[in-house]
Amino acid sequence: MTSDTITSTTVLDARGVTMRFGGLTAVGGVDLTVNEGEIVGLIGPNGAGKTTFFNCLTGLYIPSEGQVSYKGKVLPHRSHLVTQAGVARTFQNIRLFANMTVLENVLVGRHTRTKEGLWSALLRTPGFKKAERASEERAMELLEFTGLAAKRDTLARNLPYGEQRKLEIARALASDPGLLLLDEPTAGMNPQETRATQDLVFAVRDQGTAVLVIEHDMRFIFNLCDRVAVLVQGEKLVEGTPAQVQSDERVVAAYLGTPFEGAPGADEAAEVAQAEQRTEGDDQ
Amino acid sequence: MGAAVATFASTFLAWTWTDEFPGNLTVTGYPGGLQVLTLVGSVLTLLFLLAGLGVRGLRWLTPGGSTSSALMLALGTFATTWYTVAAIAWQLGGLANLEPGGFVAAVASLLLVLSVLGLPADMPFDEEHPPAGVLARFRHVLKAPEPGPAMVLPSWAEVLLVCAACGVGLTVFTYGIGAEAEGFVGFLILTGFAAAGAYRAGLMRRVSSLTHKYRNVALTAAFFSAALFPFTQDSDAYTSVAVSILIFATVAVGLNVVVGLAGLLDLGYVAFLGVGAYTAALVSGAPTAALGVQFPFWAAVLTGAVVSMIFGVIIGAPTLRVRGDYLAIVTLGFGEIFRIGMQNLDGQSGPDLTNGPNGIPGVPDLKMFGFDFGESHTILGFELGRFANYYLLMLLFTAVIVMVFRRSDSSRIGRAWVAIREDETAASAMGINAFRLKLLAFALGATLAGVAGTVLAHVEYGVHPDGYKFVHAVPPNSAFLLAAVILGGMGTLSGPLIGAALLYLIPNKLQFMADYQLLLFGIALVLLMRFRPEGLVADRRKQMEFKEPDQVDAPTHGGGLDTKTGV
Repeated sequence: MTSDTITSTTVLDARGVTMRFGGLTAVGGVDLTVNEGEIVGLIGPNGAGKTTFFNCLTGLYIPSEGQVSYKGKVLPHRSHLVTQAGVARTFQNIRLFANMTVLENVLVGRHTRTKEGLWSALLRTPGFKKAERASEERAMELLEFTGLAAKRDTLARNLPYGEQRKLEIARALASDPGLLLLDEPTAGMNPQETRATQDLVFAVRDQGTAVLVIEHDMRFIFNLCDRVAVLVQGEKLVEGTPAQVQSDERVVAAYLGTPFEGAPGADEAAEVAQAEQRTEGDDQ
Repeated sequence: MGAAVATFASTFLAWTWTDEFPGNLTVTGYPGGLQVLTLVGSVLTLLFLLAGLGVRGLRWLTPGGSTSSALMLALGTFATTWYTVAAIAWQLGGLANLEPGGFVAAVASLLLVLSVLGLPADMPFDEEHPPAGVLARFRHVLKAPEPGPAMVLPSWAEVLLVCAACGVGLTVFTYGIGAEAEGFVGFLILTGFAAAGAYRAGLMRRVSSLTHKYRNVALTAAFFSAALFPFTQDSDAYTSVAVSILIFATVAVGLNVVVGLAGLLDLGYVAFLGVGAYTAALVSGAPTAALGVQFPFWAAVLTGAVVSMIFGVIIGAPTLRVRGDYLAIVTLGFGEIFRIGMQNLDGQSGPDLTNGPNGIPGVPDLKMFGFDFGESHTILGFELGRFANYYLLMLLFTAVIVMVFRRSDSSRIGRAWVAIREDETAASAMGINAFRLKLLAFALGATLAGVAGTVLAHVEYGVHPDGYKFVHAVPPNSAFLLAAVILGGMGTLSGPLIGAALLYLIPNKLQFMADYQLLLFGIALVLLMRFRPEGLVADRRKQMEFKEPDQVDAPTHGGGLDTKTGV
C-alpha cells in the first residue's frame, strides 16, 4: 500500500515502556512512535505483551518504567484522561455497553467532547438541548460512516459479531481522537468482513486519525500498515515496512519456532495452539 | 359463558347467614365486600370472552390473546371466590355456615375456568409435537401472541385513554388501600390475575406504548389522579397510609438513581433518609432539639438536602473505590453506623445532639402562608385532614424527584451512569471519569432521600433512630427500599413507585401474619426473580436483556420498536 510516508509530526511517542507484574516482565523497554496519517501495526505471538503494551498506552496500567506522550504531552495514567487527550481504543474481547442501544453506545463515546453537567440536564437549558442535538448528529454521522445507521435502536448485544466490532470503532471515534488504538479488530471475522474492516481503517486514516493496530491476520496487517513492529516476549524485535518485516528471519522464527529435524506435524501444531490460548488467557 | 353469568348472579345472593364475617355478605340482591371482587372478576371475564368471540365494539380489548387473558381472569375469579368461601368456612367453623349462594358461586366459578379451558388456544398447537401432559397443555393455553399494530386513533382520544388508565389505577389503588385484611388478600389475588390477563390480552403493551408516546401527559395525568386521592377519603385513616407510601416510594425513586442507573448496590440508603429527617427535626424548632432554631420549611428542606448531600459525599468518597459486592457490604456498614451513631449522640457517649434512643419528638406541624398543616381544612366541600395536607405536600416533592430522575436519566450524565453500570473499564476508556460520576450519583441519591426525610420528620411528629434500620418488618428500611426497586423494576420510573406501594400495603394490611411476614416476603421475592427477573415493570433495556436472544440468528417479527415498554 502506501509506502513509508514520514510526516513531520509525531502523534504517539512511547519511550522505554516497561511493565512488570511481580517478577514477570510482560513488556520490557519498548519504544514506538506513530506519526500523523500513519497506520502502524503491532504483531507478535500470543503472550508477547501486545495488549499489555496497549493498556500501558491508554492508562489502564501504570507502566513500571518509561513514559508515553501524545503530540508532545506526557499522557497521565488515568484512562479517562488519556481519552480526553485524544487517544481512543477498542478492546480485544469486545467491551460494548451491551444493554444500551447502538446510538447510545456512540453517544457515550461523545462524553469527553461535551460538557453539559447535571444542572443543565435537570433544568433543560437551551444549551443542553443544543448540545444533545449536536451529539446525536455527530453520532449518526459516525453510524453512517461505519454502516450501522439503520440499527441505531438495536441493543448492542443483539448485533452480529462483525457489527459489534464496527460499533466499537464508531464508539471510539466518537471522542474525536487523534490516535485510534485497535486491539485485534478482525478477530473471528470471515474474509469479507476483514476486507470491510480494512476499508474502514483506511477511511479512518483518511479522515486524519492515526491508527495503531494489533492483529494476528498477517495479510490484513501487511496490506494495511505503513510500518510494522514485532513484539516478542515483551521486547521489540524488529520494526520496519511490511516487506522488511515479512522477510526477517527472526520474525519467522518467533512465530514458527526455529526449524528442527522433521517438519512439525498437525498434532504438535494443535498443542502449540492450545498452549498459546492458555497464555493469551493469562495475558488478560 | 353461562358459567360467567352464573358467577355474576351468585354475587347477588347471600353467601353466609351471619355478618360475623367482615364485609357483610348476608344480603341477597346486593353484592358486598369480597363479593364485589368476584363480581368484578366475572364481569371482566365475560367482557374478554365476548371480545374473544368477536363481538363488535369489544375487539379493542384483546389485541393480543383473548383465550389466555380470559383464562387468567377466570382463574382470578375462581381463586378469589374460593378464597372467600374457604375463608368463611374457616373463620366461622365449617361449611354449614355457607348459604346456597356461596356454593353457587364456588361451583359457577369452577365451571367458568373449565369452560374457558375448553376454548381453542390463542396459539395453535404444534402439529408435529403436541405438548405432552396436562401441565404442558395448560401452559400452552396461557401463551399469548404479540399484539398487532395499534389502530390509529386521533391524538386527543389517545390522551383520553392515558387519562382513563390513570383513573383506573386510582380506583384500584383506592379500593386496595381501603380494604380490610381478608378483602385485601382477595384484592391482591384478583388484581394479580387481572394484571396478568391484561398483559396477555396485549392491553398492558398498548397502554405502555401510549404512555411512552405521551410521557408528559401520562405523568401529569398520574400526578392529578394521585392528587385526587385525598378527596376520595372521608377520614385520615387511609391518607396517613398513603402519605407513608408516598414517602417510601419517593425514596425508592431516589435509590433507583443509585442502583438502577449507576448500578451501585447501596444497602445503607435509609441512612440518608435519616440524615434528612434528623436535620429537619433539629432545625424545625422541636422543644427537645439540641439546636434551638426554627427555620422556615423551605430552609429546613434545603438544609436537609445539603446535609444529606454532604453525608453522601463523605460516605461515598471512600466507599466508591470498591466495586460490586464489596460496595454493598461497606454501605451496609455505614447504614448501621448512622443508626448507632444517632443512638449514641446523647450527651453520654458523645455530644448531646440527638437525644440518643429517645429521638427527637414534638416536631411542630408546618405552617405556610397561614395554612396550618396540622389542622383539617375544607376545600371545595371536601374535608382534608392533617395527613391529607402532608400527602399533597409530599406529592409535590415526589413530582420534583420524579422529574429529577427522568431528566438525569435521559442526559449525558444518565448515559454515563448506565455505561458505568454496564462496563466500568470500557466506560473510563471512553473518557468517563467513573469515580466522579459514581460520586455524583451517590450524592444525588442522598440528596433526594434527604428531601423526603425532611417531610417525614414533620409527618411522623419526630424522628427516632429505630426508624432507620437495615431490615425491619415495617418500611422504610434499606432492605425494603432495595426490594421495592428490584421488585418494581430497576431503572424504571413507575417500577419503584408500584413496588413501594405493594411493599408498604402488604405488611400493613396483613398484620395477622406478622410472624411470617418476612418469610413470605422472601418467598415472594425468590418466585419473582425466577419468573420475572426484570421486575414488575420492565424497562426497555431490561426487557430486551432478559427476553431477547443474545444474537439474532433468525429474523424476528417486525423489528424491535414495538417492544418499548419502559414507563
